[in-house]
Amino acid sequence: MNQETQQGSAPLLDRSDVRVKHADTIGGTIGAFIDRVRSGDLGSLPVIVGLIIICTVFQSLNPVFLAPNNLVNLLFDCSTVGVISLGIVCILMVGEIDLSVGSVSGFSSALLGVLWVNSGWPVAVAIIVALVLGAAIGALYSFLFNRFGMPSFVSTLAGLLAWLGLQLYLLGSSGSINLPYGSPLVNFGQTLVMPDAVSYALAAIAGIVVFVTGYRTAARRRVAGLSASSLGRLLLQAAAVIVILEFIVYYLNQGRGVPWMFGLFVALCVIMNYALTRTKWGRSMTAVGGNREAARRAGINVRRIYLSAFVLCSTLAAAGGLLAAARLASASQQAGTGDVNLNAIAAAVIGGTSLFGGRGSAYSALLGIIVIQSIASGLTLLDLSSSLRYMITGAVLAIAVIVDSLARRSRLSHGRA
Amino acid sequence: MPESDRQDSAPGERVLSLRGVSKHFGAVSALTDVDLDVHAGEVVALVGDNGAGKSTLVKVLAGVHQPSSGTITFAGKEVVLADPATALGLGIATVFQDLALCENLDVVANIFLGRELNPPRLDEVSMEIRAWTLLNELSARIPSVREPVASLSGGQRQTVAIARSLLTEPKLILLDEPTAALGVAQTAEVLDLIERVRARDLGVIMISHNMEDVRAVADRIVVLRLGRNNGEFGPDASNQELVAAITGADENSVSRRATRRRSQQAPEARP
Repeated sequence: MNQETQQGSAPLLDRSDVRVKHADTIGGTIGAFIDRVRSGDLGSLPVIVGLIIICTVFQSLNPVFLAPNNLVNLLFDCSTVGVISLGIVCILMVGEIDLSVGSVSGFSSALLGVLWVNSGWPVAVAIIVALVLGAAIGALYSFLFNRFGMPSFVSTLAGLLAWLGLQLYLLGSSGSINLPYGSPLVNFGQTLVMPDAVSYALAAIAGIVVFVTGYRTAARRRVAGLSASSLGRLLLQAAAVIVILEFIVYYLNQGRGVPWMFGLFVALCVIMNYALTRTKWGRSMTAVGGNREAARRAGINVRRIYLSAFVLCSTLAAAGGLLAAARLASASQQAGTGDVNLNAIAAAVIGGTSLFGGRGSAYSALLGIIVIQSIASGLTLLDLSSSLRYMITGAVLAIAVIVDSLARRSRLSHGRA
Repeated sequence: MPESDRQDSAPGERVLSLRGVSKHFGAVSALTDVDLDVHAGEVVALVGDNGAGKSTLVKVLAGVHQPSSGTITFAGKEVVLADPATALGLGIATVFQDLALCENLDVVANIFLGRELNPPRLDEVSMEIRAWTLLNELSARIPSVREPVASLSGGQRQTVAIARSLLTEPKLILLDEPTAALGVAQTAEVLDLIERVRARDLGVIMISHNMEDVRAVADRIVVLRLGRNNGEFGPDASNQELVAAITGADENSVSRRATRRRSQQAPEARP
């Protein structure tokens, strides 16, 4: 009736309802962004604000903080816990938790030391065995969860102790195993950086990929009679990506350069982001985290989704443990203990992945871990004791969770779930 | 306008026909010899008191329960609804009262949940076009299909749930309490929507407790009482007649008087 006539004059399929505001201009986009933030859809805003504050404070206290080589070191350190945090994003998406990631990472680094150094296995085989055992641990959690309804909170808390015990048992009385200096794995964890040309090229490719995919989607939408972003907007977006990335790469190249290990971490984030947002699996993960019963009624195999989340989380934790071993060139009793667990979880939450399930992004692991490591690095530069470092990191985690809870409450009252 | 629609539409071919369907759960007979016919382009309301067997009947049709005896004929062929997937495959879609949507996903994602196009690389454009087509066919008033469902009203959510069930091109659609927990305007919206589903020549079975809604939209009202057919009424039946049939408080047939005597305590407990 009314709708029909509107449609005659407005050909776009998704713009026929006059009651809805659409942000078409740049001013409109900014307005929509402000509205979104007001209603509690914060996205990565808290992280960026937090990073700016952290950088300003630490830079004023110690000018070494923003020096290229300190940032390169920071990125090396980010990559190990960051990979673990990526697994946490997965498990938080379905609304569960894994508290044992630290122990799993320590266990896998001990396994690497025992198999590779003590038993003389090829390093590749040792890595594969560690990853497979990590996956098996995740499969065990999901079995306990799916079959017995054991809350993941409890099963992974039990796992935290059990795998720590296994790690200590493997390392035996010596307590630590040194990985050989100069081996490819240790080099990867400590020194290997991208050649300048490669890093510049990768940053440019990222921008080009953003533009090409955006352009192709816009073209398809236009053909189909849906609203589409304009060419200018796409170009602006791609240009912004290229300029920002090239600047970061240029700055890092003033020091040692972009670590390959950080490259691996970013690549994992990109793959995970694609999987979570562009595949049926990712859609199912989000659905299970949002409303398990609705997902089940829609024909999604909910148990298999939980299985995939637990397995991915533990496997990535094991991978993080291997990277940490490479970074430290040793597998020790301390690996994976202390603040590793909480840093991984805190990074995901600080980056904007909700503890309540169904909301999150792979990039939250990347952003969150940079925040956490910046704090750690800044405090180390100030020569503060670890007691203060723990207290400050704890406070940051508490603030992040408060922001998450408040944003969630605001989203609910503004109807944004 | 709905009034004129109803008089114009002659019943189409018979979509669904139940004959002598019974369902026992151990010693309890939830359904006894139930007969039910639904034609294309017809809204059949299923009413009855709590425990009358409405939900059991819907579950039998959705393939969740299998009848103990009796036959189900769908689109001219006798069928066995072994599981929900079979029912859906034949063309029987069910819209449950609640728990049907994921609030954190947008409208398109909800409509296609579990049936996404091109799983390894989701075809968002095709899905969005199909979603708009479905919603426009229902003249649905959804402002944007890229907003999370949490931002929609109860009536709009029911619309999304119904659009979702139409995705599989069913011949029969079962609505379980579509207007429960909705406000006045939203209820009217959903009733309009049911009219439009009927206009697409689908058979509709609607369960409701609300006699007003039932009489507003149904072509026939089938009353179940204690698991048995207890009368069939047109949309012009009075409230009193319907309530009498539902509660069994005012019966005149001799054969049913015996039944009433046996279950006298139950109806008298009711005000």
